[in-house]
Amino acid sequence: MLYDTLISPFVEFAFMRRALVGAFALALGAGPVGVFLMLRRMSLVGDAMAHAILPGAAIGFLVSGLSLFAMTAGGLIAGFVIAVGAGIVARATELKEDASLAAFFLISLAVGVTIVSLKGTNVDLLHFLFGTVLALDDPTLLLIAGITTISLLALAVIYRPLVLECVDPGFLRSVSRAGAPAHIAFLALVVMNLVGGFHALGTLLAVGIMMLPAVIARFWARDITTMILIAVVSGAISGYAGLLVSFHTGAPSGPAIILVAGVLYAASVLFGRVGGLIHLLFPGRHLEA
Amino acid sequence: MSAALEFRNLTLGYDRHPAVHHLHGPVKQGALMAVVGPNGAGKSTLFKGIVGMLKPLAGGIDLCGARARDIAYLPQIADIDRTFPIGVYDMVAMGLWREAGLFGGIGKREREKVRAAMSAVGLSGFEERPIGTLSGGQMQRALFARLLLQDARVIVLDEPFNAIDTKTAADLCDLVMRWHTEKRTVIAALHDLDLVKSMFPEALLLAREPVAWGATAEVLTAENLLKARRMCEAFDEHAHECAA
Repeated sequence: MLYDTLISPFVEFAFMRRALVGAFALALGAGPVGVFLMLRRMSLVGDAMAHAILPGAAIGFLVSGLSLFAMTAGGLIAGFVIAVGAGIVARATELKEDASLAAFFLISLAVGVTIVSLKGTNVDLLHFLFGTVLALDDPTLLLIAGITTISLLALAVIYRPLVLECVDPGFLRSVSRAGAPAHIAFLALVVMNLVGGFHALGTLLAVGIMMLPAVIARFWARDITTMILIAVVSGAISGYAGLLVSFHTGAPSGPAIILVAGVLYAASVLFGRVGGLIHLLFPGRHLEA
Repeated sequence: MSAALEFRNLTLGYDRHPAVHHLHGPVKQGALMAVVGPNGAGKSTLFKGIVGMLKPLAGGIDLCGARARDIAYLPQIADIDRTFPIGVYDMVAMGLWREAGLFGGIGKREREKVRAAMSAVGLSGFEERPIGTLSGGQMQRALFARLLLQDARVIVLDEPFNAIDTKTAADLCDLVMRWHTEKRTVIAALHDLDLVKSMFPEALLLAREPVAWGATAEVLTAENLLKARRMCEAFDEHAHECAA
């Protein structure tokens, strides 16, 4: 019975296995990136970037249909252009980075929806917005796995400046010039992981597998290493449980994955050991020292 | 004795308004120098100039062969994100950046150094504590431990003893004296004139323009201090271009 519910869907159906591998790979790459986004107070930047990717993928789609390469390249290019463009406007003018990013991604989103609506069908639009985690083919899986590998390697390289720039940016500036390159590399990782997530979960929900696990982790860990581990694990659990929910109930798989993460988030808000509601309301008697 | 750094008719400021005006002269190697002056006298601006965070409007600073990054700098208000999930040990260990850089390993020898620095500032036992749990004085101790690890020839401290209790200030003063006996050059901005008189052999009185610079007793006269206060209050939004 338990086996039937929890394991046999993945044993019996290849598409479920592929979806699970894809979800695990996404959780492994996007989780740590999400933790850094959150700690750098850029939680909503992921959302903005996800919207920004849409026109790139749409143009790729226009040029060569539902081609993995064209849509990925288009998404990456659009993401980089908007990240860099918003950064340049923010540094060259009085506008703050979040405001300039908002302007860029809104324009980009409008362009993207226009292109898809003019040239495609509504089914295509849904594919763009919500992805197709149950239809991941080999090249797409390899792409997601490749992005995850690159992310983890790159994060290892820029880990120290990235942490230091969050904790004490002034100090980093006084000892090293690694801050700005690390920041740009990190933005590139955000874009890459969103493009990877976009194939499975769509442009809108790709951010979910990045940010929700990070926010969950914040409620359970006091140091960044544990936080990253918890984010990865809760992302993987969301992927596994979400696919099962989708399989047994017929709910769309992408939203199901993010909804499971949402449930974990709600539970963390309530029961989290670090600043969870119940812990704050009933802290127990005070200690001696 | 040779100079650790030398100001060359240095003018620093913001939006063309000078905050440090025509400062000229050497800081000798191994000097223990206090920079004194009212609020807005340009002390912090001078320090930002020394560590290369602010480009001079005119003139320059000769670091005598050193790079700006070799100078250890403690800002007045370090913009530290105290909510960041990191322990005191890791925070202090950042002082090893010059040795370890991006990838350098933190081996047994380095860990020993970090422990020694933490014990020197009286923070042994705080290794695993998140930085968010430190009091103001404890944070200042941690920042001094990080300075110790930076092992710099020139150390610049911007109001290091503000808002901390006398015991902490005394402990940190001892560290400054230790740096002095190790022949490091220490430049510190301070408001406590009694402390300056008892501890610092050399002082620079700043009020945008240098008012006096030399032996502390000769610099901190009532006359000079009054002059500094008057000069500092004269800011002109529509000032003319400086001819000098």
